[in-house]
Parts: sequence; structure tokens; C-alpha cells
Amino acid sequence: MKDNSCQCLKWPYPLLYDKVQKVTTDVLILGGGIAGCWAAIAAAKKGVRVALVEKGATIRSGAGGSGCDHWESAATNPCSRISPEELTQAMIKAHHGYNNGISHYIECREGYDRLLDLERFGGKIRDTEDEFLEAEFRDEKTKFLFAYDYENKFTLRVWGTTFKPALTKECRRLGVKIFDRTMATSLLTEGGKQGAKIVGATGVNGRTGEFITFQAKATVLCMSRPTRIWLFSPGLPGISEFRPPQCTGDGHAMGWNAGAEFAMMEKSVKGEWSGLRSFPPYGTGNTHNTWYACNMVDADGREIPWADRDGRTLTDISLRYRPSLGQKLFLKGGGESDIPTYEFQGPDILPLEELLAKGFKLPFYADLTGMPEQERKAIWGLMVGEEGKTKIPILKTYTEAGFDPKKHLIQSYGDGWRSGGFLPQERQLFGLPGGMVNDWNLKTNLEGLYAAGDQLLASNCHGHAAATGHYAGRHAADYTKEGAVSKIDSNQAKKERIRIYAPLKGDGRIGWKEMNMRITRLMQHYCGEIKTEELLTTGLGLLKNIQKLEVPQISAQNPHELVRTLEVLNILTNAEIILNACMARKASSKPLHFRRSDYPEMDPPDWKKFITIKLEKNKVEIGEKPLDYYGQLKEKYESHNSDYLEEHGS
Amino acid sequence: MKGKKIFIHPETAALKPLSFNIELCDGCNRCVEVCQVDILVPHPNKGNPPVVVYPGECWYGGCCVAICPKPGAIKLNTPLMNRVYWKEKA
Ligand SMILES: Cc1cc2nc3c(=O)[nH]c(=O)nc-3n(C[C@H](O)[C@H](O)[C@H](O)COP(=O)(O)OP(=O)(O)OC[C@H]3O[C@@H](n4cnc5c(N)ncnc54)[C@H](O)[C@@H]3O)c2cc1C
Ligand code: SF4
Ligand code: SF4
Repeated sequence: MKDNSCQCLKWPYPLLYDKVQKVTTDVLILGGGIAGCWAAIAAAKKGVRVALVEKGATIRSGAGGSGCDHWESAATNPCSRISPEELTQAMIKAHHGYNNGISHYIECREGYDRLLDLERFGGKIRDTEDEFLEAEFRDEKTKFLFAYDYENKFTLRVWGTTFKPALTKECRRLGVKIFDRTMATSLLTEGGKQGAKIVGATGVNGRTGEFITFQAKATVLCMSRPTRIWLFSPGLPGISEFRPPQCTGDGHAMGWNAGAEFAMMEKSVKGEWSGLRSFPPYGTGNTHNTWYACNMVDADGREIPWADRDGRTLTDISLRYRPSLGQKLFLKGGGESDIPTYEFQGPDILPLEELLAKGFKLPFYADLTGMPEQERKAIWGLMVGEEGKTKIPILKTYTEAGFDPKKHLIQSYGDGWRSGGFLPQERQLFGLPGGMVNDWNLKTNLEGLYAAGDQLLASNCHGHAAATGHYAGRHAADYTKEGAVSKIDSNQAKKERIRIYAPLKGDGRIGWKEMNMRITRLMQHYCGEIKTEELLTTGLGLLKNIQKLEVPQISAQNPHELVRTLEVLNILTNAEIILNACMARKASSKPLHFRRSDYPEMDPPDWKKFITIKLEKNKVEIGEKPLDYYGQLKEKYESHNSDYLEEHGS
Repeated sequence: MKGKKIFIHPETAALKPLSFNIELCDGCNRCVEVCQVDILVPHPNKGNPPVVVYPGECWYGGCCVAICPKPGAIKLNTPLMNRVYWKEKA
């Protein structure tokens, strides 16, 4: 049968497997998402040459490419009632100390500066059209709109669909050399040695298959975090996880091989979102995030009560946006912990069991009809619309299907922001997961290597990625001014070229999807909810066998499949990091969602620390860091940023 | 590998994320260029809608629809099992 969808076609791009492109630059940014674009802009502003390598298309790539509806922790905005120090300390406490004091302080301290930059680049950050005139969450002077805590005003509602094109345009204006459709595959080290200074990276083009070497004085990793370790659907690979499917944590894998240090990689949480189990994000009735603080009703239309942290019923909708009596501030969104801390716990509807005991009947529905006009418009139209993956998949699609926020109740399918249930072994790196260890320059343990955004230890959120990206970019640029380029080890590049092309010669027996399923099944069994030494050791042994026996059989037919295949090899490496990290923590921990039946005691005092992990001479090295390794926030920050403070004022 | 010609067969996926209106689409390929997962390729015959070669890999973010200059030329199809229930308030 013939139709215009075309049954078989010639590969539409030139095939350049036999070519090697050599690029030389000062600062090399790997990953053109939020952090990557900001890093490129900051470095280019310092007058150095910048190359930006992006697997997809910079204009919309990454978790934040399609939109962002709330910008958290802009503590220095003129309306904020919370200082950056207070807010960072709250975020650290809310996560029981397991947090990145450095990166979140940078987020709190500089996030607002990035918003103002965005506005200069053409992004929309305030209600310039006066759509929300005199709304309770609007500041009339600045025209800023706030979310969640209306008293403290540190999270802004923003028009995030405008951000990524504005950032890309600014990169171009500043002369950043953008390499789209290019997957970074490995880091190059001085003399080809693990643990040595980073002197560049290798990449492969996902359309032409061309191999590229990038020689650089400094490299910034901005490739987000591992995914598809426990969750993968060969039928729905694109929505197996919440993040875009090409974000597979490649930066972790290549950093690991080069000798970069990680912490908290043993933390994983029970699944929060997967297309396998959940409905489209922000497209179901709930009271969280984009839908905060929507009315909910039960099956009979009975209104579901909201309460403060002490269980006191909140009769007035306006009180859902205020701290409780005697509370300074509350955290919502990425700053809040999965296990609420009383000190920062915000208002919510009563817990499900309590509601059922009181006679409320399932299912529950979000009831926008009962919200004040301005709040309804802020949820449906502004936030659902500007949030990632909502403008087309939710706002446009639902509207065309007849959904009317003034008339309809929309069903809820899970607790919190979730819209599906998961098995305990279906895990994810979500919330604030582990990642690369950084110092006050956002430099890693390796000379010449910086990291930003969700690549970092305990990272999350758009504003955090923007602020840390800018910070890492300018510190990397400063570093390049100190030293000359080191040479690329041609042997190391040659070996990498052989490695990445190997699947093209495979016999077609194992494809990338089968390999991804192989890994996720293994991780569910050997690194699921309950861990033991025996399970973890067996799991590691099996992973090694996969490397030895099955990886050589993996095959790809064209550059696109080659990229997908190399990603799965990175997933394999990331699984190895996680298994090793889980073995290293010989204690259970509640905030880390970490349960070992052979070490059942929860959070024994000796184990309240970060466990670090890295490769040294190809051997796993375990270390530790105190939870407060970052030191005095304000002092440390100011001692590392005198030029920035001069420019921006303190 | 040199000079080797390769062919691709658009994958039969569990889902069909995109549909095109042949009348409205002029084959400008902007949707191809914006897709971060690179699931589309230009149609071999100029002027035709792109070919969705890797439908299963779609992230359903809708950036392809958002960038299309011809309203209605491209449509994002929510997977059937992901369609949400709503009802009129009594
Ligand atoms: C649907 C959705 C909505 C969200 N909404 C909000 C919100 O409203 N507010 C908020 O604060 N946060 C929000 N977040 C989170 C926020 O978007 C992320 O925290 C942020 O984008 C992280 O930035 P990043 O630069 O670290 O990663 P990303 O922005 O994801 O960028 C990573 C980039 O690296 C590229 N890449 C990956 N591997 C390679 C490789 N090997 N070579 C080259 N490039 C590579 C990817 O293609 C991608 O472009 C949302 C996330 C999602 C998914
Ligand atoms: S669907 Fe739209 S963007 Fe894509 S080729 Fe057709 S006209 Fe261009
Ligand atoms: S929805 Fe996103 S992933 Fe799917 S085709 Fe469009 S741009 Fe690509």
C-alpha cells in the first residue's frame, strides 16, 4: 500500500563516517539546554571563543526548552522578603542537609539577575500587558507575578516559552559557535590519562555520523542527569521518563570515565512520572506546581478542604498562598523535599486516607470553576501554557477538544502532582538526586572541567540551571585566561572513534531498545527498593558481563540509531555508578530514600555525610565529605566573585 | 563504511504522535529542524510533509506544532491511553 508517509527512503543527509572535523576553542560547553546556553553567554561576554555542543536543536532542546511557568528562588528580586542566605538554608534544612549549598546559594543570589538578562534578550518576565491588574499575586510597580508564597514573593510566574529562543539568539549574537545535532561522546584528558586535566571532548553528528574533536582550555558539562535506569518502554521510548529522551545523563558517564567525582548517587526515589504509568504532565487535576492552589472536589462535588501544616482548615482561598501562623516561609516546587519538613511545609489538601475516613468519595476532580477569576486565568492560560510541555499538548489540545475551565471538572489520577502509581522498584533520579561534586568556582575535581545545571549534585530547576550555567561559564572563561591550551592526545581520540563506530559493524543481533530493557530489568531486580550487599554485588557482576559479552553485539544502522545506541552504553555506565554508590553506603537513610536490609538502621549519626565516588586508575575510589562542606555561604561566595559584584552591585 | 548507501524504514510504533494535513503543509521542514529528538526527516519529494521515521521517540512537547507557520498543517496526537477525563460541573 502506498501513501504519502513514505515506506522506505534513502538516508537524507550526507554520510561522513570517514571524516574527522577538528575544532579548537577556549571554552567548550557540552549540552545546549538551559545551563549550557547561559554558560555560553557568560563565557562569550568575557571575550573568549566559545563552542556549544548540543545533541538536539539548541533553540528548543532540553527539559526547559518548551517552557517554564515558575522561576524559583529569585531571592534578590525587589519584592522578596527572604534573603538568599535564609532561603538557601531553608532548602538545605528541608532536605535534611543532603543538598548543594554552593549551587543553590548561586541560584538564590543570582537567579534574579538572570531574569533581568532574559528580559533584555527578549524573554517575557512581567505582566507588561496588565492582564492580571490588581491580582493578589501581582506587584503593581514591577508588574511581577508571584507564585505559591505570596507573602515572601521569591518565586515568579513567568512566560517561559519565550526563553529558549531568546537565549539561542543571544548566543548567536555573541558569536558562540553552535554545533547542533552533535552528541558529545567522551572527554579528552591530558596525555589520555584518567584524572588528568580535561583538554576537550569528542562528538559525533547524529545526522551525518561525522566524528568531531574539540580542543579546549576549559570544558563545562551541562548535560543534565541520568534517566532510563529503571524505567524504559520500547513502545514509548520518548516518554519513558519525564525529561526529554535524549537526556540520558551522558555527562555523568563521560565524566565518570575521565575520573570526575560524584556524590549521593545512591539516592533514587520511587517513580514520579513516566508515560508508561502517568498522564501528560500538568494535564490532570491536582494541587501542585502549575496547578497550585486549585480547588478540588470529590465524586459528589463536595469541596475538599485545604489545611495548613497543623491541620487547621483554611476557609479562605487566599490563605493557601500564605505561611501558617508563626511560620516564616513555606517551600513549594523544586525547593521542597519529598519528605516534608514541618518548618517549611506549605498548605495542601488533607491526606487521602483522612479524606476517605471523612467520607469523601473517589475520584477527585480539580475545579477551576470555583477559583477566583485571576487565579483561574493564572493556572489555565498562563501557567498551563507557559509551563514546559503545556502550550500545545495541554492548552491547545484540551481547548480544541472542548475543555472549558469555567465549566468543567478535570479528573485527578494520583496524589501530589503524580498521575499514576509505581511499583517500589520502578525508580527515578528525581527531586534533588546525586551528581557531580563542585567547588565554589563550579569546578569539578578535574582541572579544566566545570559543571552546571542538573549535571550537579542535588540540582533541580530552571532558575538554578540558569544561575549555575552563567556562573560556571564565567569562571571557566576566567580560567582560560590563566593558561594555554593543552594538547589533545591523538591516541585517545583515535580509540574513541573506534569505540563509537563499533555498533555500525555489529551483526544486528542486539538493538539499543533491547539493551535498555536489559539494563532496567536488571536494575529493578538488583538495585530496587530494598538493597543488600549480595544483590548489589551480583548486579555489578552481571553489568560487567553485559559489557564483555553483549555490548560487542550491539548494532546501529545509521547515525541516528548510533546516537541512541551510544546513549544506552552511557546508561550502562550510569547504572554502574549507581550500584557502586549503593554499595558504598552501608546504612539506610530516610532523606536519601535508601533502604538496605543488611544495614536497617535509619540515618545512624556516623553516616550523616556525603559518600563520594570516582574512578582512579580504573578502580572505584570511595571518599566522603561533610554535609556542610560548602562553608559560610555569603563569605565564600563573595570571596570568589569580586568582579561580578563590582559589575552588578552587592 | 565509506560511500555506503543506507535506507531507512519509518518505524511502526505503538503510537502515532503526529499527523499532517497535506493541503496545508508546504514542506518547509521547520518542524524537522526544531525537533530535539530528531524523529522527523524531510520528505524526499520537496513540498510534501516530513516523514516521521522514529515516532516512538517523540517527547510530546509540541515544539514542532508551535513553530509551524501554517496553522493546522501539523497536529500532535495525545496517546489514547493518556487522554484525560473531564466532565461538566453539576
Ligand atoms: C516538562 C518540564 C517542565 C518543567 N518546568 C519547570 C518550571 O516551571 N520551573 C523550573 O524551575 N523547572 C522546571 N523544570 C525543570 C527544568 O527545566 C530543568 O531543571 C532545567 O532545564 C535543567 O537545565 P539543564 O541545562 O541542566 O538541563 P536541560 O535544560 O535538560 O539541558 C540538557 C541539554 O543537554 C543536551 N545533551 C544531553 N546529552 C548530550 C550529549 N551527549 N551531547 C550534547 N548535548 C547533550 C540535551 O539535548 C539538552 O539540550 C521542568 C522540566 C520539565 C521536563
Ligand atoms: S508541518 Fe508546518 S513546519 Fe512542518 S513542514 Fe509542514 S508547514 Fe513546515
Ligand atoms: S512533539 Fe517534540 S519530540 Fe515530538 S516531533 Fe514534535 S518536536 Fe519532536
